[in-house]
Amino acid sequence: MNVLELRHIQKSFGDTPVLRDISLSVPQGGVTGVIGPSGSGKSTLLRCATFLETIDGGDIVYSGEYAAREGVYADKASLRRIRRYFGLVFQSFHLFPHYSVLKNLTDAPVLVQGRDRAEVRETAMALLKKMGLEDRWDAYPYQLSGGQQQRVAIARALCMKPEILFFDEPTSALDPELTGEVLRVIRQLAEEKMTMVIVTHEMQFARMVADHILFMDGGVIVEEGTPQQVIDDPRHERTRAFLSRLER
Amino acid sequence: MTFTTMLTTMSAGMVKTCSIFFLTLLFSLPLGFFVAFGRMSRCRPLQWVVKIYIAIMRGTPLMLQLLVWYFGPFYLFGWSIKGYRFTAILLGFSLNYAAYFAEIYRSGIESMPVGQYEAAQVLGYGRAQTFLRIILPQVIKRILPAVTNEVITLVKDTSLAFTLAYQEVFSLAKQISASQRSFMPFLIAGVFYFIANYAVAFAMERTEKAFAYFR
Repeated sequence: MNVLELRHIQKSFGDTPVLRDISLSVPQGGVTGVIGPSGSGKSTLLRCATFLETIDGGDIVYSGEYAAREGVYADKASLRRIRRYFGLVFQSFHLFPHYSVLKNLTDAPVLVQGRDRAEVRETAMALLKKMGLEDRWDAYPYQLSGGQQQRVAIARALCMKPEILFFDEPTSALDPELTGEVLRVIRQLAEEKMTMVIVTHEMQFARMVADHILFMDGGVIVEEGTPQQVIDDPRHERTRAFLSRLER
Repeated sequence: MTFTTMLTTMSAGMVKTCSIFFLTLLFSLPLGFFVAFGRMSRCRPLQWVVKIYIAIMRGTPLMLQLLVWYFGPFYLFGWSIKGYRFTAILLGFSLNYAAYFAEIYRSGIESMPVGQYEAAQVLGYGRAQTFLRIILPQVIKRILPAVTNEVITLVKDTSLAFTLAYQEVFSLAKQISASQRSFMPFLIAGVFYFIANYAVAFAMERTEKAFAYFR
């Protein structure tokens, strides 16, 4: 069963359609890279999948559970349960500035998921260690670099034990010399078979980490396939034009 | 009248000034939150009622409002309520200051980046949890300087209670000065207000420092 199944997603802002009939399935352990020019609807797609925007039509299904069917959302209790399936890493981190690094990780699992405080703390410290930040557990977000903040944000999402993790341009707000440390962490997650959907402008990275690439433009999926097909040997004119613009 | 007698007589007024000050804060600080929520409510009629309330509170002199609260019940309804003076003062001050605090709260709440709400939503926080745990602590930090200004103004505004012949520091200073033909009571009153505001500024600075651990 696919972890995520989006079928015929429709979304408009006023009279402007931003997603026209988008379908996407992500199997267990799959890594999908979403690429495309700005304004193509990639971020909106993630926001719809994570309930930050409401869709106008289509299905959102997590591990067989319908969050929305033909544009009609499930009841609140179901949505609250389904929310546990996914995590989201934002472009500009959105850490809670008044919480220490550790508290950023542990607050929601304890408060929202009602998990045992000691267990959550252990999980959080293990995640920080994995992110190379175990000695920064008591720091506050403003004391960290952008790359460190983004790694904390990834750890915060993982601490909820999601089935699937979404990344919305995770390195776009970072200085170029800091993108590497974040991309390394995401690549490690891919090796551990974490299911992920990554919206990114880093073409080399997408090629390396994703097993499936979507190229979006104008609210539609223009082309999809393996990285080799889409990035190295694009069939569509629009994909080619986009990729060649990036190279320049 | 010796200096000591003046000081002792006026200290009763100081206690009264302090009680106006602290009770006004006690009522208006929380009330401001309800007003701010009404002002930001999606329910249009409620929003309008609150808007009009704030406009009146800010648009007319506090001295006039005090007079209306005190004399209103008698002139409008023919009620004369015993021992109503202090209640009228507290009504006037609290409702007036709640309006100002509400606007400060609103500015703080509306200045919060939407990303904080979205991060909390994705992590599964409910609406109340998001507000109390994530938004409110950051809002308090942001609005402290504005609140300090307002609290300092309140210390000085307590003198407006003299309009209702309430014997707080300012009224007493005027009376004693007139009867004793002395400038000293004004000096005492001035020093009192100054020290009170110095204490307010000190306390608020300490509070700001308590919130300095994050940015």
